[in-house]
Parts: sequence; C-alpha cells; structure tokens
Amino acid sequence: MRGLELRVGAVLVTLVVAAALLSRFWTPYDPTMPAGARLQPASAAHPLGTDAFGRDLLSRLLAGAQSTVYVGVIAVGIAVLIGVPLGLWAAQLPGRASEVLLRATDVAQAFPALLLAILLAGLFGGSTETAMVAIGLASIPQFLRVARAGALQVLASDFVLAARACGIGRLAIARTHVLPNIAPLVGVQATVSFALAILAEAALSYLGLGTRPPTPTWGSMLQQAQSVWFAHPEQAVIPGVAIAVAVLGFNLLGDGLREHLDPRLREEVA
Amino acid sequence: MTASPLLDVRDLTVAFGRRPPAVRGVSFTVAPGQRLGLIGESGSGKTVTSLAIMGLLPDYARVTGSIRLGDAELVGRSDRSMAEVRGDEITMIFQEPMTALDPTMRCGRQVAEVLRLHAGAEAGPARERVLAMLAEVGFDDPERVADSYPHQLSGGQRQRVVTAMALINSPDLVICDEPTTALDVTVQARVLQVLDRVLTLENAACLFITHDLAVVSQLCSDILVMLDGEIVEAGSTAEIFDAPQHPYTRGLVATARLDLVPPGGRLPTVDDFYTRPAEGAR
Repeated sequence: MRGLELRVGAVLVTLVVAAALLSRFWTPYDPTMPAGARLQPASAAHPLGTDAFGRDLLSRLLAGAQSTVYVGVIAVGIAVLIGVPLGLWAAQLPGRASEVLLRATDVAQAFPALLLAILLAGLFGGSTETAMVAIGLASIPQFLRVARAGALQVLASDFVLAARACGIGRLAIARTHVLPNIAPLVGVQATVSFALAILAEAALSYLGLGTRPPTPTWGSMLQQAQSVWFAHPEQAVIPGVAIAVAVLGFNLLGDGLREHLDPRLREEVA
Repeated sequence: MTASPLLDVRDLTVAFGRRPPAVRGVSFTVAPGQRLGLIGESGSGKTVTSLAIMGLLPDYARVTGSIRLGDAELVGRSDRSMAEVRGDEITMIFQEPMTALDPTMRCGRQVAEVLRLHAGAEAGPARERVLAMLAEVGFDDPERVADSYPHQLSGGQRQRVVTAMALINSPDLVICDEPTTALDVTVQARVLQVLDRVLTLENAACLFITHDLAVVSQLCSDILVMLDGEIVEAGSTAEIFDAPQHPYTRGLVATARLDLVPPGGRLPTVDDFYTRPAEGAR
C-alpha cells in the first residue's frame, strides 16, 4: 500500500492547515468572546458545544489550529535552518573538535525546552513568539545530531570519494551529495519535532508562558478543560483529538514523503 | 620514454600512525599516454599509492617523498589546491561500481556535475557533451542512461558511467583502482575494451591497479610489481611474462598461466615460488 500513508497524512495536514487559514477570515463566532450559555452540549447553534466561559468550541478549535501550525512551522524551521548546517559542519571537523561540539550539544540537550522557555519568558515576556523560539532552539541539537550522523555516513561513501577524485570541492559535495542523501533523515526528524513542538506549545500555554489568553490554542483549551474533566470530558477530548490528528498527520506525511523522495524505495530495482 | 615524464613519483613513503609504513620508498614514472600496470595483492600498498597521488589520503597519513605532475609538486598541497588538479589533470576510477555513484542523483547529472565545475559550461552544451561521452563509453541509448538513477543500471553499466565521469574533462592521467574486480568476467572484458578505446581516444595515460595479471596484460605496456609496500620488479609486460626475476613475480606469472598446467596436475600458488617472511620479522 505504497502512497497510502502519504495521502492520509496529506489529507490530515491539509485539514489542519485549512482550519488555520479559514479561521483567519471566518469562524462561526468570535473565539475569544462568550457566545452563549456555559458548557452546553453540541447543538445546531454550537456544533461542538461551548466551553466554561460560554465560548463556541468549534470557533476556538479552528482558531487554535493557527497557533499550532504557526508555532510548529517556525520552531521546526529554526531548528532545521540552524541545526542542519551545524551538523554538516560538525561532520567535516577533525575528530577531536567534533567530539567537543557533540559534548556541548549534550549539555544543551540536558536543559529541557521548558526551562529555556521560562528563561526566555523571564527576559522577554511570555508570548507565542517566545514559545516558538524556545522550542526551536531546544530542537537544534536533535537536528545537529541527525545531520552529522547522516553526513558522516555519506562522506565515508565511495561516491563521495569518486566525486572528490573528479575534482568536486567540499562545499559542492555537501550541497549536491550530502544534503539530498540526508534529506529523508531530516524529514523524519522534522515530523517528530513538529509533533513534539505541538505538545511543548501546549505545555507552555498551560504554564502561561506561551500564547496569552484569550487567544485560543489547543494546549490552553486542554488545560482549561482540566477543571471540568469529570463533568464534561468532551471539553478535553475535542482539543485532544485535534492534537492527535495533527501529530498523526505530520508523522504519516513524513513517512510518505521519505518513501516518495528516496528513489531507492520509489521504484523496484530494474 | 625519452620525453619528460607526466608523473614522476620519487621515494614515496606513506605511514599511518605508529605502524610500519604502508608504502616504502616507491619510485616510478608515467610517460604521457603510457599505460602502466601496478600489480600486487591486497594490502601491498597499491591503493594507498594511488590515493597519495590523488591527495585523497586521510589527514592522519604521513606522506614523504615527491610526486611531480608535469612541473608541479603534489606532496604537501592543500586539499583545496588539489581539487583543481583532480578531474582536470588526474582522475581516478574506483573498484566498486555499485557504490561509486550517488543513489539520489540521475547519472547524467552526476557526469555533468564534473564537467560544469571544471569547464564552466552551460547546461545546454553540457548535456550534449554528457550524452556524447556516454555514447563514447559504449551506450547505445545515452538519453535513457542519463535519465536513469544508478539503481536502474547493472554493475557493468555503472562502471561505464563512472568511466565517463572520470574521462569527461579529458584528464592527462587516469588511475584505475581495480575497476573490473567487482564485475563478472564477460562484463569485465566489455569494460576493459571500453576503457582501452576511451583512453586511446582521449590520449590519456593510465595507471592501472589490479591483482590480476591477466587483466593488466590486456591493457598495459609496462608493469610494476608491488609487495609489502615496495616495488619488487618493473619491466615491460613481455619481460615480466617471459622472464620474471623476483620469486613473487614468478609465482604470479605461474598462477596466471594455467594453460601451461598439465590436465589433472596440481594448480600452482604464489607460495610455491615465494616464501613470505614470518609475521613481525620486518
């Protein structure tokens, strides 16, 4: 069933992105203002019901997709743009310097993203931007490691030696041979990081270090549902399912893309 | 051999770490257009010699002696300055066709990449030149090969693509490191034939590294025999075959001439002729 993962993943991700885009122009109600009685069940007027403040849940769910996509894309983007070139550079360093750099990333990884976010929030104030920069910075070591490990393997390969024997320089080899060969690895790491970024954003919102209320995010919706969990579990289930769908969608998309991008997997050996 | 040599290797010694040198005091020359075979068993130092000439040894290798290409000294040059020599003046064909091509890149682009870097050619004419070169190495359908990924080609086809890559800039010297070892015998003959034709066509000299005397005799006019990091015998192909001097060479020749063995007789081995020094005696 090749291509099924890609299609399902693409559909789920499109759903999330479409919700984010749609909510920029239209939501059934204002997601930040009460639109009816509190904690109503689903009805024609409110397809998903209302929350503890009487705000329309569907509107909040759609608007929440915005910060999810925004934070995920920017955080992963920061991590990829800084982590991958650093990893390629680390792979070219002589053994000892490379070791030192790796130990430094170990130290960096020992600080959880949350701690970094608290630090940044203390310095610059809690906001969506602070959260995504913190998540992005905290994800750099993962990309550095993946890129370095992949690059070391590619650099040791016969085709790189053959390319060097034909006079191709180190920079050109990094660009035309190493990058395409480690792209699948980076892609898979990106989907994992995207899923982690969504969860980290939820945690930061919960602590008040992420997106400020009343702007809705799936994480803060989950957190607000906590106080009414026993009486109204659907309040937590709705954003929870949304997070799960987004994470699953990005994972499937990443797996599907990897299969699609890798010519060795795409076609049977002739 | 009267003209000044294209490649002049003098007293080349290569050592790794604290171990005894892998190559010890090797000297030889290659004249323009000459085909020189370098024969020896695994671990005799022939690949290290070739990588030293290419400047592709790892940083921790200690290289002493002199390698002159034309008027230029190659020993001690930076990787960056060697990159300008590689591909343009000397190039190398490796022994593993299965892994010598980037699996993520179409074959035509890989050949073109080498061309563009050195000649600074534009995409249109570059494509023409790549297709012509692929035709030169014996492909009837260069268009299809250029648009194929390496995994869509057979081992012999890949080796010919690698040959095209190495020769597209018309280098003066091509180092072939066992280019046919990984191929079966019929494909081997085809690749050798192509190599022979292309070398003649491009008027390139060749240093052909192998452990197979039969292969070397098809392509080379002269032969160096290497054993334990040293050259033990040098001469023309006819001399080596007819009157081998060193016991190791005599063993090599005997094992290559199985047609001389009477039916039912025991096949000769190199050890019948040459007794190796005990391990650690050196």
